[in-house]
Amino acid sequence: MHLVYPAVLSALLFCTGLYGVLARRNAILVLMSVELMLNAVNLNLVAFDVWLSRTAEETLHSGQALTLFTIAIAAAEIGIGLAIVLAVHRNRGTSDIDKLRDTAEGPDKDGPDSGALAARKADDQAGEKAEATA
Amino acid sequence: MTTTTLAALVPLLPFLGAAAGLLLGRTAPGLVRPLAVLPTLGALVLAVLVAVRQGGGPAIDAATELTPTGSVPIELALHIDGFAALVAILVGVVATCVQIYSTGYLHNDPRYPSYAALVSLFTSAMLLVVYSGDLMVLLVGWEVMGICSYFLVGHYWETAEARAASLKAFLVTKLGDVPFLIGLFALATDAGSFRITKVLGAVASGGIHHVTLVALLLLAGVAGKSAQFPLHTWLPDAMAGPTPVSALIHAATMVAAGVYFVARLLPLFQASTAAMVVLAVMAAVTMTGAALAALAQDDIKRVLAYSTISQLGYMTGALAVGDRGAAVFHLLSHGAFKALLFLAAGVIIHATGTNSLAAMSRMTGLRDRVPDAYWTMTVALLSLAAIPPFSGFFSKESVLGAAEHVITGHTEHAPAAAGWTVLVAGLATALLTAGYATRLWLLAFRGQGAEVPGLARSTDPGRTEEHRVREPLTMTVVLWVLAVPSLAFGGFAYVSLPAWFDGRSLTPTLMTSILGTGLALVGGLVTYGAWQHVTALAPRVPLGAVAAHPGGDAGLVEAEAIAAHEPAYGDIALAPDPADPGRLLLGPLHRHAAAGFHLDALYGVLFVRPVQAGASLVQFLDREVVDTYVRGAGALPRWLGAAVRRAQTGNVQTYVSALLAGAVVLTVAAVLVATGA
Repeated sequence: MHLVYPAVLSALLFCTGLYGVLARRNAILVLMSVELMLNAVNLNLVAFDVWLSRTAEETLHSGQALTLFTIAIAAAEIGIGLAIVLAVHRNRGTSDIDKLRDTAEGPDKDGPDSGALAARKADDQAGEKAEATA
Repeated sequence: MTTTTLAALVPLLPFLGAAAGLLLGRTAPGLVRPLAVLPTLGALVLAVLVAVRQGGGPAIDAATELTPTGSVPIELALHIDGFAALVAILVGVVATCVQIYSTGYLHNDPRYPSYAALVSLFTSAMLLVVYSGDLMVLLVGWEVMGICSYFLVGHYWETAEARAASLKAFLVTKLGDVPFLIGLFALATDAGSFRITKVLGAVASGGIHHVTLVALLLLAGVAGKSAQFPLHTWLPDAMAGPTPVSALIHAATMVAAGVYFVARLLPLFQASTAAMVVLAVMAAVTMTGAALAALAQDDIKRVLAYSTISQLGYMTGALAVGDRGAAVFHLLSHGAFKALLFLAAGVIIHATGTNSLAAMSRMTGLRDRVPDAYWTMTVALLSLAAIPPFSGFFSKESVLGAAEHVITGHTEHAPAAAGWTVLVAGLATALLTAGYATRLWLLAFRGQGAEVPGLARSTDPGRTEEHRVREPLTMTVVLWVLAVPSLAFGGFAYVSLPAWFDGRSLTPTLMTSILGTGLALVGGLVTYGAWQHVTALAPRVPLGAVAAHPGGDAGLVEAEAIAAHEPAYGDIALAPDPADPGRLLLGPLHRHAAAGFHLDALYGVLFVRPVQAGASLVQFLDREVVDTYVRGAGALPRWLGAAVRRAQTGNVQTYVSALLAGAVVLTVAAVLVATGA
């Protein structure tokens, strides 16, 4: 099989994943898109390993070995990611990424003590958050 | 021990007492009272010993130079002549009485330890001024007294009056002390020494080049310390302090320091005719103006404060006519009877729960409530009014006699104009003094109306003698101790004192005695007549606010009375009382006299307002001009920061998109560079 087929397939997979990461709103779907990207890389690794081992005298098949590592790490990553999403959902009642904007900069006030004002507002927000957690 | 050692111990003992009192006040409360009274008493005994050894003979001089200063040497010097020896005894007697009185007066005061230590420190500083033979060492005592006065006037610092009064006392006396210091430097530069003996030697040999300037500069400090016009305004307000402090500092000792200083350096002042005339005018204005103001005051302690200013005017008047013997004679007798007046006033304030004469004139039975204060105060007031044979008569007549001497040309030490000024003002003040003394006595002890709190008449059924509230023994005994010199000191001393002083006779002359006593009698009788005329009005206008805790500690009662006067009567010095003989006697002048002839308002316009305007200008420059530059410098970084902050939308996907775009751009750039396109 020509190398171009798996390469194109993996590029399509990667682009689909990338699109999902950038455009999906649900955090779980974003995580699934990350999986797609990872698997596109895995496919590339396997395909190029086979292509390289054809010409080489002897090979360690390090591409395929690396694929196994990636799969294991992806499993761990998705576990932690899902746990975070679950915790966020329990905390906020949503897993919509567009609504998780706590790190956003507030509207800028150009007063003489805007720094102090911002700090106070951040404190207030922290207080609200603490109340929400409780 | 040698006399020098004894004399060095006199200021040292109260100083050590003060240090020990401050250190042990918290840890050993039982020691505070002995530590307050005993060193002062010891200083008194030693001062008497020194006086006995000195005996009015030639002055004792001793000096030691601790370290060379490079220019004019500063020496620890003692100079004890008759003046120093006797004034030290006065300081010792009054300070001991005040310390004993304070143990009763501030019995439950939580700040008593620091109070007693400060009084001791003050006593030590005054004794240093008295004994010092070096002007710089004298200045040290002079300034320590100033700071002690600040702390002690502000003893009731919970009340706004006391805080304001202590600051005012400090600032006004410092206003005089700055020219005083410059004057001392100028004097020492010319004389080549700070030693009083050497300075006087230089004066005698004409070695002082700017006599008038130096004398006038020194006079500014004297006016501040001795509360002479125009720097006297702090003294009436200083009555916001505890009564024993008023007795010690603002009647007997500290205010006398200025007079004593001029007495020491009198030849210097005599070398300048202008200074003597200024001194005479200052004395005349002070004594008559303060006596008029005393006639209008409602607060019993303010009456006494203005009386003090007026009597100090007599002393400076005596100095202006070149008779320091008469000045110090009046200083001694005035110290005794004025301390007595203040201490008795403290007892009265405690008994009645008010410091307002208007309120006292609506109470009966004060005589039976505090008989000790009644009798001793009567003695002291007679002495103040210069009625023979009380000691005030002899000392005042010696002042008037000295002025008469100058007029008749028996002495060439002083200009005749000064003599006339002092004599006329002195006689007018004798009239006024008798007037306000009589008014004080009548209003305080001849009141009509409700009974004084704490009084139990023996005729009342069901109430026995034991129900009568008694003043603490410590507070009444010292009154009698001080009544003795008020009564008899002058009569016995005027014969023997000239030997201690300059040798000039202090015997009253017939002319001034008749004039002075006659005017005093007239003043007393006129006031009595006015009082008879208006006293019927008293029941129609009920007045009288008494302290919230009449049974409390005397110091507490007094602090409450002082704080309550302005809310109760609308003014710190005045009460709307038509039954006040002073109101009838002074007529339209009464309102102005009660306000001290509006000198405070004048100073407010002349000095306080410009300073406040300057302060607000500086504030404006700081807030609006300097801060604008600072804010402007910060504006650009802040705008940049605001622009960068807009990228922080909080949406993770936006960040990843930016990351991707950046990565693509970098990759394209890397590829382009690698291919060399």
